[in-house]
Amino acid sequence: MIGLSFLYAIAGVLFAGWAALTLVDRSNPKRFGSAAFWGLLAISFLAGDVLGDLGNGVLILALVAIAGTGNLGRGSPPTSSDAAREASAAAHGNRLFLPALIVPVTALIGTLGFKYLTLNGAPLVEPKQVTLVSLGLGMLIAVAVILAWLRPPIRAPFDEGRRLAESIGWAIILPQMLASLGAVFALAGVGGIVGGVAAQVIPAGSVIIAVLAFTLGMAAFTMVMGNAFAAFPVMMAAVGLPVLVGSLHGNPVVIAAVGMLAGFCGTLMTPMAANFNIVPAALLELDDRNAVIKAQVATALPLLAFNTLMIWGFAF
Amino acid sequence: MWPLIGIAIIIAGFGLRQNPLLVVVVAAMASGIAAGLQPVAVLAAFGKAFNANRYVSAPWVILPVIGLLERAGLRERARDLIAGAAAATTGRILIAYLLLRQLTSAVGLTAIGGHAQTVRPLLAPMAEAAAARADPGITPPRRQRIRALAAATDNIGMFFGEDIFLAVASILLIKGFLESNGIIVQPLQLSVWAIPTAIAAFVIHGWRLLRLDRKSHRKSK
Repeated sequence: MIGLSFLYAIAGVLFAGWAALTLVDRSNPKRFGSAAFWGLLAISFLAGDVLGDLGNGVLILALVAIAGTGNLGRGSPPTSSDAAREASAAAHGNRLFLPALIVPVTALIGTLGFKYLTLNGAPLVEPKQVTLVSLGLGMLIAVAVILAWLRPPIRAPFDEGRRLAESIGWAIILPQMLASLGAVFALAGVGGIVGGVAAQVIPAGSVIIAVLAFTLGMAAFTMVMGNAFAAFPVMMAAVGLPVLVGSLHGNPVVIAAVGMLAGFCGTLMTPMAANFNIVPAALLELDDRNAVIKAQVATALPLLAFNTLMIWGFAF
Repeated sequence: MWPLIGIAIIIAGFGLRQNPLLVVVVAAMASGIAAGLQPVAVLAAFGKAFNANRYVSAPWVILPVIGLLERAGLRERARDLIAGAAAATTGRILIAYLLLRQLTSAVGLTAIGGHAQTVRPLLAPMAEAAAARADPGITPPRRQRIRALAAATDNIGMFFGEDIFLAVASILLIKGFLESNGIIVQPLQLSVWAIPTAIAAFVIHGWRLLRLDRKSHRKSK
């Protein structure tokens, strides 16, 4: 059965290629540190399962040591000149958009269709991972099509990927690091403690105050954890079920469904949601790391007020 | 109370603009040790979670495709397409994308868009080209602001569309949580309650995007 290991193998080979090319890239002032960073990521993706838990922990310390001491640098991987790009854009026109559609279309077809592919009665692709497996497959098809059609140098897929990865820098592993932090917080019982504190500060009897405590708590705890999924069970157990549903007899469906959306408003306002807020700032070459968050606050706050009113108006 | 020290470290570290990777590791170690675990055990737990969460970073395999297309002039083409269409203002482009992102997410197609897939190669150059046409003297900070709004529009469209889809992770999480507390609900009961907020998100963010056009219109006069 084809599963995540297929995607991890592709990513591991890609990272290993970046490590090798970075090592010989004299335009990168930090080429040794940078090559080590990509090399360690390649080891994680190709051999993470055999390193053991502590081995993976040591690997993280090494990655963080490189990035934290400023040893992850940028080179200038070979790419096309501005003039060549203008000429290519004029020559190929809107057909250039077509290869960009290969990955999403493959993801769509794979997500819907892989479940019908079976081998000796067993599904060919692990049903839970069809979208991620399709993503890897779509990438391979798209690169093959582009190589055949536009005929760039054969090492160009590695160089062009490396060019973008270097512009993202350390932020490239921040989402994965934050997801892991969530697991350690859960182990340390952080959620239960926060829930206990939240339950203590709500005065009894007032519906609007209790609803506000719930929605603001969802948003605030989401901002700290970077993820509404981590905040939801904590705030529901601390305030949603005992106070809003239990004492005040609110409708649990409305409270739960809209409460989650109040958490999403928090996601828009925190650097902890790195893949949504910090990674794009790097990807779009913005000087201010928090520029995307600043662009979202004026939408997130009115929407948080709207969600609060929704629960207040429809759950009681 | 002491395990909360990790949260304090996160807030202080991000606030003081320390390297976030360093902040995350220190916060994890501090919370784990404060909860009574051995440092080596915390490091092992962190390593185990990091290995299990590799799927979070795996979608970076898309980067070579985007880079190859940029090499061939994709961003220039996206820009030229908008530069020739007078009706395509920055606000209208972003509103059209917002609607499309909400609708596709609502039917479960969140993988179609994204910051690497659509915002950097297509949406940001288009929005920026329209802004530069409306205001030829556009400043670099204003260009950055437009790009940031393009990323914001992608996030808002996805967040407040995906919950309308029945099988999305958040709906299943809510269903599972309520069920374990003795409340049985169907996913459809939950997902209809995402519709009012989705409409509100479109109205609020769409209104902000329209104001963007009025601002640049005023400036160019």
